[in-house]
Amino acid sequence: MPWGSKRKSSRMHPKRKQRLLVIGVLVGGVGLTTALVLNALNENINLFYPPDQIVAGMAPVDQRIRAGGVVVEGSVFRETGSMMVSFLISDLDGSEVPVTFEGILPNLFGEGQGIVANGRLGADGVFVASEVLAKHDENYMPAELAAMRGRKPPMGNEVDSGSNGYSAGG
Amino acid sequence: MKYIFDRLRWPDGLRRLWHRMGSPRWFYETTGPWVPWLAAAAALLIGVGTVWGLAYAPPDYLQGDSFRIIYIHVPAAYLAQAGYILMAICGVVLLVWRMKLADMVMATVAPIGAAFTFLALATGSIWGKPTWGTYWIWDARITSVLILLFLYLGIMGLRRAIERPEAAGRACAILAIVGVINIPIIKYSVDWWMTLHQPATFSVTSAPAMPPIMWLPLLLNVLGFNLLFAVSVIQGTRTEVLLRERRTRWVTDLCRQERA
Repeated sequence: MPWGSKRKSSRMHPKRKQRLLVIGVLVGGVGLTTALVLNALNENINLFYPPDQIVAGMAPVDQRIRAGGVVVEGSVFRETGSMMVSFLISDLDGSEVPVTFEGILPNLFGEGQGIVANGRLGADGVFVASEVLAKHDENYMPAELAAMRGRKPPMGNEVDSGSNGYSAGG
Repeated sequence: MKYIFDRLRWPDGLRRLWHRMGSPRWFYETTGPWVPWLAAAAALLIGVGTVWGLAYAPPDYLQGDSFRIIYIHVPAAYLAQAGYILMAICGVVLLVWRMKLADMVMATVAPIGAAFTFLALATGSIWGKPTWGTYWIWDARITSVLILLFLYLGIMGLRRAIERPEAAGRACAILAIVGVINIPIIKYSVDWWMTLHQPATFSVTSAPAMPPIMWLPLLLNVLGFNLLFAVSVIQGTRTEVLLRERRTRWVTDLCRQERA
């Protein structure tokens, strides 16, 4: 017996078809509107300015903004006798922005780690941060595995995982 | 479009099943025996997964022990979204087929989904302090999940605000269906915009960014949370069925039997 014959199957009720169509149009319309609004607001939804935008002068000077990037290896300097820290953040693509911060850094702060800083960009191109937040990536692994892959936790933040910590694997 | 619609046909067996499923009484009688089994399986999976995750899985090389909150955060966040999608599907079924049972499920899912959303936000916040350095930030991911919580609360409020149950159900269905647009925004917020929240660790297309010793307990908890959600929705819907059908013959008979 063929698939569409009268006895084995029946068509969707026209009223229901119409309602389904109305819902489809409703969702499509609202979806399109939302997409347009989000697209128009795109720049404002971003939490922070990446280094290349700051270097290109796209970030406003002397306004409260956030800057985000990866802390450049070997760029962290701590002033003796104060809580002053300075470092460079990079987008790993050549653009670097100097950041200064006075205060307590989060535990996950470290060279090679992502951060988001809240503060003001000076006319001299130095970002003066009033708050530094640490970003972490989506990768999780035990210390031993991290050591094998050459990943190090940030300085002064050793993870205690039994007898051989991350340093065991070199 | 018209061509496709004109050829939408139901095999008759499926159609009969669909109509039987729409019967609140059928739902009540069929799901009764499932409840204890589902509850026991959920308790077992969540128990094993949580103890394994909190006590035996290795600490993360970077975050140490604080990453363990993932074993609650990820299942809660996943079900917060899955619950919303379920509610929207029920909304379509209610509006198109006028199936009363769909409205009862929708009414039950809203507070349960809101609870999971709250749990996802709370665990995320607690996790944020030791890792990011803040309990809260208005980034796209966190804000869109907060909107999800408000959608759930809005749907709960809307139902109570409209007196006639049919009108309340339809209004909630429309809000649920329109709000489903927030779900892809939540999912892709970490890819579309620069956020503090990291991108997804798990995806359908690639290997998890986590070794099995870490994701196995998470898998158990995700399965367990699924069953917990299922048993909560089923039990809640059964209560809703009795409440709304309390004047029907089969419910009054049931009550008499229970009393005897």
